[in-house]
Amino acid sequence: MIAEIMKATASTIFVALATASCTSFYEVPIETPIQSKLDVSSFSRVLVAGFVAGGLEDIDANRETVRLLRSQLRNNSDLEVLEADILALDEIVVSQANANKNETEFQPEQLPEEINSERDLELFERIFSNTDYWRRLGEEHQNPLIVTGTVLFTPHSRSGFVTREQETYDSFGRRQVVPVRTYTERRGFILRPKFIFIDGRTGATLYSESFREEILYNISRNTSPLSSYFELADRLLPNFLSTLSSQKINGTRTLLR
Amino acid sequence: MKTKLALLAIFVTVFPLSTTLADVRSDAKQQVEFGIKVAQKGLWNEAIYRWKRAAEFDPDYASAHNNLAVAYEHQGEFEKARKAYERATELDPKNLIIQENFDLFSEIDDRRNYESDR
Repeated sequence: MIAEIMKATASTIFVALATASCTSFYEVPIETPIQSKLDVSSFSRVLVAGFVAGGLEDIDANRETVRLLRSQLRNNSDLEVLEADILALDEIVVSQANANKNETEFQPEQLPEEINSERDLELFERIFSNTDYWRRLGEEHQNPLIVTGTVLFTPHSRSGFVTREQETYDSFGRRQVVPVRTYTERRGFILRPKFIFIDGRTGATLYSESFREEILYNISRNTSPLSSYFELADRLLPNFLSTLSSQKINGTRTLLR
Repeated sequence: MKTKLALLAIFVTVFPLSTTLADVRSDAKQQVEFGIKVAQKGLWNEAIYRWKRAAEFDPDYASAHNNLAVAYEHQGEFEKARKAYERATELDPKNLIIQENFDLFSEIDDRRNYESDR
């Protein structure tokens, strides 16, 4: 018996040593650098000005987006983040339309009272091409990079068949996991932000990028719109930050002998 | 007699050639192994130098190209990394490790290209 155990141990040691000596691959951690999408080296300040926001009234998407982006930029970028009053851009568009009522074809009556869709938002997007407005704002804050855009946060529901795994036990008490298709109704939210980066010195748009993220929950689950908003915004933040600062993606690769 | 002489001639010609090929592979392998050691210490520039030499000694050495690709990826040199992975895959198409490295790289590179196209 002892001889058998010794024999088994010896063979295990032999196999282990043979494997170790034959190892021909090595895992190494790597950090892949990704360059920022926008060269912001000529700016030392950034102003997250405000957003034209719409959708669900339960949360102030303009205020929450500005606060979130300012705090992220403070922690993840070299730019000085300016603290300024958050602009209500939808109101500014209305007042600009009223002021220019007799000069342009565009009339304030064309603007919707509530913003509930991307089509509604489009009517407000004229403000982003108003270079005079952004240049003046830039002058007030010593020519920063200006971050603005639109945010639409809307409720969403979807029903259909969903496959989920169900645990069952047979007559012998053995556990089995089987896929089961069930008709489910789910509710959630869609977050559609468009980030626009404006040169505060000229008022010109440097770069813009749109995103869409959605989340669905089982109908029995009661999740607050604000926590869903942050969950969705959290998914977008790496993409937003990669516009302004270089990032590193950590991973592992295998080297071969 | 003639046959013996012919065989001797072939031996004299082929033997040094095979010895040279073995030496080349051995030199390349030494460079690759040294490259791995320095890469594990974070000295990626030195590792690139070693693996480049290995690939010069033996251009068909898939491991040298794979390792070079990993190093280029770490340095953010995406074009060079892609070319090196492609060469490694071409030389050893059944190597699952090279394939996995290449897939992981492609995922990042595709995302990078997609974002810059938007």
